[in-house]
Amino acid sequence: MPQMNMVQAINDALRLEMRRDGRVVVLGEDVGKVGGVFRVTQGLYDEFGDDRVIDTPLSEGGIIGTAIGMALYGLVPVPEIQFSDFIFPAYDQIVSELAKYRYRSGGEYPAKLVIRTPVGGGIRGGHYHSQSPEAQFIHVAGLKVVCPASPADAKGLLLASIRDPDPVLFFEPKRIYRAAKGEVPEGDYVVPLGKANVVKPGQHVTVIAWGAMLYEALEAASQAGKQGVDCEVLDLRTLWPIDIDAIVASVKKTGRVVVVHEAPKSCGLGGEIVSLINEKAFLHLEAPPKRVTGFDTPFPYTLENEYLPLAHRILPAILETARY
Amino acid sequence: MTAPTQSAPRPETSAPNGSRPPETKPLSAARRPEDTHASDVVRVLREDGTLDPATDPKLTSAEVLSLFRLMVRVRMLDDRLVAIQRQGRIGFHIGSLGEEAAILGSAFAMRENDWIFPCYREFGAALLRGMPLQRYVDNMFGNANDPVKGRQMPDHYTWKKGHFGSISSPIGTQITQAAGFAWGAKIKKEDLVALSYFGDGATSSNDFHNGLNFAGVFKAPVVFFCRNNGWAISVPTERQTASATFAEKGIAYGIPGVRCDGNDLFAVVKATRDAVARAARGEGPTLIEALTYRLSGHSTSDDPKAYRPDSTLEPWRSMDPLSRLRRHVEAHHGWTDEQERALEAEIDAEIKSAVAVAEKTEGPSLESMFEDVFATLPWHLEEQRDELRNGPRAKGHGH
Repeated sequence: MPQMNMVQAINDALRLEMRRDGRVVVLGEDVGKVGGVFRVTQGLYDEFGDDRVIDTPLSEGGIIGTAIGMALYGLVPVPEIQFSDFIFPAYDQIVSELAKYRYRSGGEYPAKLVIRTPVGGGIRGGHYHSQSPEAQFIHVAGLKVVCPASPADAKGLLLASIRDPDPVLFFEPKRIYRAAKGEVPEGDYVVPLGKANVVKPGQHVTVIAWGAMLYEALEAASQAGKQGVDCEVLDLRTLWPIDIDAIVASVKKTGRVVVVHEAPKSCGLGGEIVSLINEKAFLHLEAPPKRVTGFDTPFPYTLENEYLPLAHRILPAILETARY
Repeated sequence: MTAPTQSAPRPETSAPNGSRPPETKPLSAARRPEDTHASDVVRVLREDGTLDPATDPKLTSAEVLSLFRLMVRVRMLDDRLVAIQRQGRIGFHIGSLGEEAAILGSAFAMRENDWIFPCYREFGAALLRGMPLQRYVDNMFGNANDPVKGRQMPDHYTWKKGHFGSISSPIGTQITQAAGFAWGAKIKKEDLVALSYFGDGATSSNDFHNGLNFAGVFKAPVVFFCRNNGWAISVPTERQTASATFAEKGIAYGIPGVRCDGNDLFAVVKATRDAVARAARGEGPTLIEALTYRLSGHSTSDDPKAYRPDSTLEPWRSMDPLSRLRRHVEAHHGWTDEQERALEAEIDAEIKSAVAVAEKTEGPSLESMFEDVFATLPWHLEEQRDELRNGPRAKGHGH
């Protein structure tokens, strides 16, 4: 199996699907000739031409609005929003239109597209190149939300997302675009949506994470292991619909949970996960579930490593939960 | 990129004075009745009911009579739906009183393979595209046979079979989608044109900018059809724009703008046909501003007396599109009072029957609330469906 980083794996998935399915088109700012500001779409323009790899005017609302129109026509657009921080001009089209199309038309007009967008901090990007807005889309009925943490999952989940009948927001953790490397299966490879992955089995504490923070959770789990606390680390992969069975199974085993995410704490996905655990596994809990998250502040520039829920913040939460 | 040195080319329906932009006018010019007589406005139907041979789109007698019949049907439906809303039998209606020629003329001018991206005031266009009246009235009642399963307000239906899109309430969103749809067809080299309806208020929305800009850049085969009816609920056109016209907004996007008398069925057909032909020839989008007037409130939820004295309606009442067409069909297509009475009786019976059937039809099932959020039901919606199904309202949900 070839070694790839996440950028290469996503590029591989896009190329493969564009070869397989003539309906798939890529559009967005700088995705064509230059191959995207992170080079994720590099080379696609040369292979598929500017009818299928389209440099658009600089307007996220225009990109998503026209992509919805293309989807209604019968294409399968995979628009890129250059940074998820810039997705908000398209919020109306995503929330009022894309998410509701199948429902509001009584099933006559499903609007299928996959929005790819880099997410999260760690690249010294300040407020506007660092945020994690996943909860703001999960809260909207009708959207699936995916966030891979490994190159193989990035490929497999993107192919699954493009082939899924529902609209998908595909968040790509930019901090590990090139840092995460691994073996990626060649050719067609699908990782089903809605299935979490037990990255590290363990007995004492369940640590739930996704995207770039998975590696921080693993690092904290490794350090906790040295102190005798055996963590089970769960990579959600699909954030919504969430793999409730995997979460409940793990919590029933450990009775202790730490949820990690970059987004601000209040009304973040972690709050929903803890509520679900309370509803479904309350009597199995040995300690109050904990959240280690970004703070309820705008994402800071200089202090980003203090804001992010890195291993040094996750470890004390694991130990506290284990010793409760 | 260099700045364009001259305005966009004017289409054939435009001013006789070539490429000169229209003379700047007072802010409210775009909605003044006398403005429909401005020299750059496409007009066909004269006051005396005759047609200007220079611009006549040359409809057959059968076509004219069929459009007249449909216009009567739309007018009567509006009237009846307002009445049953006032009686509390339906929750809402948003009609097209005074704007029927703009809606029917443009829908008629589209080719069969073309697509319509509606706003929420164009049920006449859906009927023209073959939507059964019962389907529409079922939507007004939100019953089990409603095409959108009671999930949306009245007048938010869908009719895919007739290439008529899905209606939403946010203003302008369909403009960008129509551009994308047409662009998709262009990529696939399919000969079709998409037409997007919107009102003068929507020209202030970000989607108006996005739709026109993208369509202009990619020469998408789309027609942007602005029903300038003078009002966005209570806000008049001079509060939407400082432009002298809405049509001229196209120039900045490299899109020709055309104004037509929106209360003149033939002028609307002419302007729209030319725009469709342009698009089909690969020459890109056109922005049409149809000068018309909203004779009713914004919807049944609105009381226009609060912001618009009745006297402002007078000049527009005399330009009522239905009366004008009536004069024409009487003078040139042998239409008689007797025929009209028979038509009205026929439509009256049809509406009464559709309303009676819709009113008797039960509401949608509890389960239907959870369907179509996703293609298949995920676990959390299964749980919530079962919670509702086993809850205190499980035995019935009265209306």
